[in-house]
Amino acid sequence: MADQSRPKLAVWKFASCDGCQLTLLNCEDELIPLAGEVEIAYFPEATRAVIEGPYDVSLVEGSVTTDADAERIHEVRRVSRRLITIGACATSGGIQALRNFSDVAEYRSVVYAHPEYIQTLARSTPIAAHVTVDFELHGCPIDSGQLLEVLAAAVQDRRPRIPSYSVCVECKRRGAVCVAVAHGTPCLGPVTQAGCGALCPAYARGCYGCFGPQDTPNTQSLADRLHVQGMTEPNILRFFRSFNAGSEPFRHESEQHEEAAL
Amino acid sequence: MDNSSEMILRVAGLQSLIDLLRAQAWVVVGPTVRDGAIVHAPIESVDQLPRGIGDLQDGGSYRLRQRGDEALFGYSVGPQGWKSLLFPSRELLWSGQRDGADVAVEPAVVDPPRLALLGVRSCDLHAIAIHDRVLTERAVPDAAYAARRDNIFVVAVTCSDPGGTCFCVSMGTGPVPDRGFDLALTELLDPAGHRFLVVPGTARGAQVLDELRALAADEAAMPADEPDRLAARDVGAQAALRMGRALDVDGIRDLLYANTEHPQWEDVASRCLACTNCTLVCPTCFCTSVDDVGDLTGSTTERWRVWDSCFNTDFSYLHGGSVRSSVSSRYRQWATHKLASWVDQFGTSGCVGCGRCITWCPAAIDITAEVAAIRSRED
Ligand code: SF4
Ligand code: SF4
Ligand code: SF4
Ligand code: SF4
Repeated sequence: MADQSRPKLAVWKFASCDGCQLTLLNCEDELIPLAGEVEIAYFPEATRAVIEGPYDVSLVEGSVTTDADAERIHEVRRVSRRLITIGACATSGGIQALRNFSDVAEYRSVVYAHPEYIQTLARSTPIAAHVTVDFELHGCPIDSGQLLEVLAAAVQDRRPRIPSYSVCVECKRRGAVCVAVAHGTPCLGPVTQAGCGALCPAYARGCYGCFGPQDTPNTQSLADRLHVQGMTEPNILRFFRSFNAGSEPFRHESEQHEEAAL
Repeated sequence: MDNSSEMILRVAGLQSLIDLLRAQAWVVVGPTVRDGAIVHAPIESVDQLPRGIGDLQDGGSYRLRQRGDEALFGYSVGPQGWKSLLFPSRELLWSGQRDGADVAVEPAVVDPPRLALLGVRSCDLHAIAIHDRVLTERAVPDAAYAARRDNIFVVAVTCSDPGGTCFCVSMGTGPVPDRGFDLALTELLDPAGHRFLVVPGTARGAQVLDELRALAADEAAMPADEPDRLAARDVGAQAALRMGRALDVDGIRDLLYANTEHPQWEDVASRCLACTNCTLVCPTCFCTSVDDVGDLTGSTTERWRVWDSCFNTDFSYLHGGSVRSSVSSRYRQWATHKLASWVDQFGTSGCVGCGRCITWCPAAIDITAEVAAIRSRED
């Protein structure tokens, strides 16, 4: 059914764990309808068949951590009509952006037997730091429902229905008891974008910030509150430094606690 | 109602009341402990009630505590109002199916459960009355809300131990239930024993009491006498003296209208997380948006109505952008709507003084303190 009208989809990988691409494969029931709507033209994780570009929609997973990646992403942009980044790595640099706060050369010499074989950049950067991105889908990993919505929106040529409000909205809608207020458990929910359905608070854990900052994140107020509740400065720093450590608001907030954490 | 219809129930008599309501095909929903808070859930037995559990509430903080007694209603309001039952956080409005050029629209079927709400506080009775006005007494009534509302039986309870953030006395909404219930309980824990004074508020409630009289054992349900009534009155009077918070409502509407540019709005914005918790726990907030959920092939769609909040950026999105991009403007919208423009819109305050927005604000922002700050430094 390789009719000309079906948009061509490509899935690209940069520095990442493949979890976000797996989210696409895990869509199971939706994969067959998806294959009816788009032509899966390039998806090395799933199939070896390669259909030549250009592509109508490119999903890009992973961050840029090498010189080769920094060149390749321009190539991907060139052959893609619409470029959508998926996951914390592609949208904020991922957990590997922790290197941005330290000395990579030192790590390299300590960790590897032959450091001279390792070619890597000093910083892990999101795709949007290199090329124009049409839409960023957040999450570590991304949510399959949100991914299908983004693909449906691309196919139907409309704006994706992806909220940018806080995790607290989903937390209250599902009737979870607030762990911050009722247990004193640190929770990043108020500054984090919804998308997971408040999974962790529903299981009595604080939010880890997998979906990155919400649209108006007041990280300083949250940090002040954590401080009042007894969290130490090094722990406040670490709290903001995980999967989305490289996102601008979380990076900025964590750096406010560097001096006191020394 | 004359006094003769009032009754005294022992704990066993309360169980008989629950049994009777269940036998009349009501799903009894009452307070119970889950995840460190008192929430509402279907119950069958008095053993599921929070026996001997109280709470400690303050700005941004809620903890359960052992009371050291046998009280079943010795706590104040928890995180959930009854809003989530009558006005659910997510509700299907209609679904649509495309077949070629034809689109068939299927309205959602409203099949409300018969709910008996046990332990409704006075502030929440007032909140339900406000929702009735907002949702059913305007040009286009909310049919699904009205259907659910017609299918509830309300058992209220007098507050005996108000929370650290309660201020119903300031708002004139409590702590003694004065309307909107079928039955009202007052829990008594004095030397005369653990018992409840039950007062009917409707003919339907009185009938349930009549049936209970015939059904329950003599030592579990008995006529009320004057000392019981006096003791019950005292519970409410004592509670009224122990409000955790107070709000000076004198001229509050004009005060807020006159201070739209007060520096306090920026001050609170420096603390506000724009997280929406205050609005979503508020039993009177009614704002929603719709989510159109389509499938990949564009052949089916569903329209869901979901709770929304004026703290969200997209809530005020008009063509080209958000009208309230600053958090100060969002907090001002919330406080001014609750306490001022609500009066113009619906004829009452939009706040019933339940204190939930204070307790459940992760940044410990307190609407009574913010208003007091504005009043003390009026421009
Ligand atoms: S548990 Fe976390 S996400 Fe949920 S309401 Fe509380 S602060 Fe927000
Ligand atoms: S504004 Fe706050 S205190 Fe008033 S009714 Fe709403 S949640 Fe309760
Ligand atoms: S305070 Fe905000 S969320 Fe609540 S009813 Fe008013 S506009 Fe709606
Ligand atoms: S006032 Fe508190 S609960 Fe309301 S949006 Fe601000 S931080 Fe959240």
